[in-house]
Amino acid sequence: MESNTFLDFEKPIAELEGKIKELRHLTDDSDDNIASEVTRLEAKVDTALHQVYDKLTPWQKMQVARHPDRPHFLDYVSGLIDEFTPLHGDRAFGDDKALIGGLGRFRGTPVMVIGHEKGTGTAGRVEHNFGMAHPEGYRKAVRLMELAARFNVPILTFVDTPGAHPGVEAEERGQSEAIARSIECCLKVKVPFVVSIVGEGGSGGAMAIAAGNKVLMLEHSVYSVISPEGCASILWRDAARARDAAEALKLTAQDLLGYKVIDRIVEEPLGGAHRDPEIAMSSLGDAIAETLKDLNDLTPQQLAAQRRDKFLDMGRPGVQ
Amino acid sequence: MNWLTNFVRPKIRALVSKRDIPDNLWTKCRACTQMIFHRDLEENLHVCPNCDHHLRIGPDQRFAQLFDNGEHSLSELPEVLSDPLKFRDSKRYVDRLKDSRNRTGENDAVVVAHGTMGGHNVVLAVQNFAFMGGSMGLAAGEALITAARLAVMQEAALVVFSAAGGARMQEGILSLMQMPRSTIAVEMVREAGLPYIVVLTDPTTGGVTASYGMLGDISIAEPGALIGFAGPRVIEDTIREQLPEGFQRAEYLLDHGILDMVVKRSEMRETLIRLFGFLMSDGKPAIAPPAPTPTSTTDVAQIAPPDETDAPSPGQD
Ligand SMILES: [Zn+2]
Repeated sequence: MESNTFLDFEKPIAELEGKIKELRHLTDDSDDNIASEVTRLEAKVDTALHQVYDKLTPWQKMQVARHPDRPHFLDYVSGLIDEFTPLHGDRAFGDDKALIGGLGRFRGTPVMVIGHEKGTGTAGRVEHNFGMAHPEGYRKAVRLMELAARFNVPILTFVDTPGAHPGVEAEERGQSEAIARSIECCLKVKVPFVVSIVGEGGSGGAMAIAAGNKVLMLEHSVYSVISPEGCASILWRDAARARDAAEALKLTAQDLLGYKVIDRIVEEPLGGAHRDPEIAMSSLGDAIAETLKDLNDLTPQQLAAQRRDKFLDMGRPGVQ
Repeated sequence: MNWLTNFVRPKIRALVSKRDIPDNLWTKCRACTQMIFHRDLEENLHVCPNCDHHLRIGPDQRFAQLFDNGEHSLSELPEVLSDPLKFRDSKRYVDRLKDSRNRTGENDAVVVAHGTMGGHNVVLAVQNFAFMGGSMGLAAGEALITAARLAVMQEAALVVFSAAGGARMQEGILSLMQMPRSTIAVEMVREAGLPYIVVLTDPTTGGVTASYGMLGDISIAEPGALIGFAGPRVIEDTIREQLPEGFQRAEYLLDHGILDMVVKRSEMRETLIRLFGFLMSDGKPAIAPPAPTPTSTTDVAQIAPPDETDAPSPGQD
């Protein structure tokens, strides 16, 4: 599949693919010369993709993680969840479209799925507030996690947010409290809880639904305490130093596995999840299925204890 | 494990500090620009006598102001990985740490002490804004976990005085992980049936507010404290919204139902002691049998404890 949007460093790939498109447009498939040229160019695309994607810098990964064509929460839901039944509202204020959840079946098993949705296209992004949730979003997440726990339904969360919404109304309605309660709820529920970081894991807004038993992370996703832009403007006093901040923050899946903050890296198709969402989804699906199977051996008490011990041990000397 | 070290006798410390403060030293109040003599400031619990602005204070002063006779034991805090990311911006993180350690005399942003308040066992964890903006990294997380374990061990209430710009960026993702870790600390105290009280002081924002800062059984703030998730500048820059008058200040949060109360520093000790009295029955039933009064229509106000407590408030003699 071709992508519609190319990142700066994908330019050589874009040029090659442009040529292939032109050649295909010029002639029908019966022309042998052109067909072999197309094959040759396709091989070059493959090589170029390897050259770029085998050693993406942290800043480049940031761009891939934010790629507009990267599969979003609702894509994973339609690809992985049958009979998805969205459940709306926090019962107090409203329904947040940046943080969505509901019941469904994952490979036959009933699950509660909760995730940030960034939205697609300008209208979609505005509708979903770019994946930045308000307090009512986190409060809905708490409601759904508690519901899942009452009926012994495993929880799957999908993290993809630049962060919690920074705004007047969010503050007035208790953004901090809503996030804090959501983290507390993650840690308490006595059902299997698998987190997948599929795009951008932005700070507290991500953490709110990420304190699970196991944390999976797509190969080119990022997860950080602050955006590189925010970090650069505070520590370097220059947002343009975001590239340096991205390096310094150690926000890639590969770094985080080393710190044991995540448990498993899920490989993406060559050229990133946006080049072949179907493959990305089935790889993640397989990883979630295997993880859930492992967690099935734990009792409800063990599930809560494993989560607690894992976070208590995190970053302790000797544990790393 | 050696939990309790360095028993501090504050009277000696007070003598030392009095000698350390020359009469002619003054501070300019940030709120009203009035010049205040240090000695007056100290006597007034670091609250501006002119405009009631609550100046930022550190752990030592809190402990002296809050514990019975100011007496307390400092807790030894576990070693943590130093500079796990080998972080460097315009300066190396290890150098920033060194500077803050030299300037504050503390090892990191959270200091933990145990003592009594009105006779109740209390563990106080105080966050020091002067230490790298109070930021929460591995050390602060470990301090809160230690404080919680100590509270459970001593059957003490845990009171956290928060003051922080948020997470310690220089520890990257590991600082973000202090949100769940500090939440687990709170859970340990809850599960033991002990009170967890948060006093939010100026300023408390970011991941600190969005974890243990907002999980108190009772949430208190000092007057005028800036409290929020996103900082006001971030909100202004990203949303281009006009910020309302008093936005994110303690009184504003109280109005919006986010806090239980805003308490002046001069009333903090007696307020906390009163709350411990309600919540820590010390083996006695929480609800006392009805007194043999002739009528059943008791005025609620009569049940409230007296404003004065037996123990004198420090600094108010
Ligand atoms: Zn003043």
